[in-house]
Amino acid sequence: MIVTILDVVIAGLLMGGIYALIAVGLSLQYGVARVLNIAHGEFIMIGAFITWSLFTIVGINPLVSLAICGPIVFTIGFILYRTLFTRLRTSSASPAAFEGSSMLACFGLLFIIQNLAILIWGADIKGYSYLAFPVKIGGAVFAANRLITLGFAVAIGLVFYLFLARTRLGKAIRAAAQDPAAAGLMGVNIKHVLALCFGFGALMAGFGGTLISMSYNIQPTMGLEYTVIAFIVIVLGGLGSIPGSLLGGLLLGLVGSIVTYIQPGLSLVAYYVIFMLLLLAKPTGILGK
Amino acid sequence: MDIVRVIVKKPFEPGLLLLILILLATSPLYAPEYAVVLLTSIIMYIIITVSWTMFSGPTGYISLAPAAFFGIGVYTSALFGFVLPLPVVIGMGGLAGFCLALIVGTLTLRLRGIYFVMFTLGLVELLLHFILWWEVNITGTTGRVVPTVANTTVYYIMLIIFAILMLTTFFIRNSKFGLALQSIGEFEEAAAHRGINVNALKTIIFAISALFMGAAGAIMATRWTYIDPKIAFNPLLSFMPVLMAIFGGIRYLYGPIIGAAFFAYVEEFLITRFPYHYMLIFGIIMVVAILYMPDGLVGLIQKLWKRASGETYEGA
Repeated sequence: MIVTILDVVIAGLLMGGIYALIAVGLSLQYGVARVLNIAHGEFIMIGAFITWSLFTIVGINPLVSLAICGPIVFTIGFILYRTLFTRLRTSSASPAAFEGSSMLACFGLLFIIQNLAILIWGADIKGYSYLAFPVKIGGAVFAANRLITLGFAVAIGLVFYLFLARTRLGKAIRAAAQDPAAAGLMGVNIKHVLALCFGFGALMAGFGGTLISMSYNIQPTMGLEYTVIAFIVIVLGGLGSIPGSLLGGLLLGLVGSIVTYIQPGLSLVAYYVIFMLLLLAKPTGILGK
Repeated sequence: MDIVRVIVKKPFEPGLLLLILILLATSPLYAPEYAVVLLTSIIMYIIITVSWTMFSGPTGYISLAPAAFFGIGVYTSALFGFVLPLPVVIGMGGLAGFCLALIVGTLTLRLRGIYFVMFTLGLVELLLHFILWWEVNITGTTGRVVPTVANTTVYYIMLIIFAILMLTTFFIRNSKFGLALQSIGEFEEAAAHRGINVNALKTIIFAISALFMGAAGAIMATRWTYIDPKIAFNPLLSFMPVLMAIFGGIRYLYGPIIGAAFFAYVEEFLITRFPYHYMLIFGIIMVVAILYMPDGLVGLIQKLWKRASGETYEGA
């Protein structure tokens, strides 16, 4: 019994770590850059497929790929914001209008990225085996790659949190989140900071993708499901709250693991039930104001 | 700027509309069977896009759930198709969409728009997973057979749904409900202070728009003969109407129709041979349309027309 509970809890945390990571990325893009990025999952997919290619063709260790994928995805995100979204932002009449039009632009991006990926890599499900040997924790058995995944997810999340809380650039980002206009008047280069935020959001998605590819199968259409989960996590944690996203991700992973233990195949349905209850009872989320 | 739009004179005369309708209604008599089948899918896309625009156009709430309402209609057809007469099944499909939208609307439409977008985005995935789980674990079989109906019957029913939809759209746009919806889109709080019951109005119009999607799904299912959750709840059907409406011009009555007809026609030729290239071009057109044609094709044509005819171009 105790072993079963341990099994379920640790499996939940393993999944939750990845949820938390991708939700932090989305939260940053929506909370600061004001882009409701429906193509978030596609950045995860890019990260996963670059890692897969590097591992199967060149033989590069997936953990080293973190350092390769991250900058690539970050650059894509940064350039997208500097060109596409900055243009939309300056031509939109109000912040609300920008939210609408940028979301629709993300739709287009979703189609473009997903189908480019299918043209490059094909539509099949892919996977590779890396560090798949079993590790025992207090009686429960897990694959080593999933433990490493959790470790890296938590480490990346914490480092990023410290970056936001302690550095000058982090402070500028938090200021831009509160009030972009006022932050601009205080000498924050708003265009640059917002683009950085969108890039960092994509970076988190890319990292998430690399980690996901280590222990799960991947395919070009995998993005949408992760986008939906990331949305539910940021609502659960409170819109725009980074610690909320971290906590919400772990919580949702735990719920998913418990439901999968009782009735496999219903985890996404369970996330939705949580989402519905949340909307009825506390739409601001657990850590929202 | 939107006052200009409300009083601007209709670009099409009612006579022309009647002519098009007569041509469409008589086409099975002289057109080849293939053309009728093609027209059926074009009208299906038009129905989904126009009913999507009925709610999302004026309010600005982007619904990503059309595939869910369409799929519910498809499933109604599969469940009751062999037991009940066709018109009743179609009505039930519409009703199923209506009820689902009512629930979704009541849950999410009293909150900020973003919750609505998020909720509708995942609704299709949710229904797909749930029904898949249900069929695997409870009924034990995946997929169902739908009774087939003659191509011409499918076409006429689609046309009737389209006609009713257009009448409803006309009525809503020219009534106080249409104005109220418009004012919700412009400034929701002000609309509420004006005495408009914003939540009730949003929810009911959202449900009415879902009714047409459900009905279209119920009749379309008869053409597929076999359906499973992955066919019925295809997320693509949620994204298509958004693009089609925006490409055509979301603020104009005819914009969504033109957008939907254009893409449905192009799709017919490209999707079987180059499905991924087609979807890629689809995405590129979407981004370009949002960047350079905020009023869509119809808006662009009107702008050029006004410039060409030397009229002074005021606002809008």
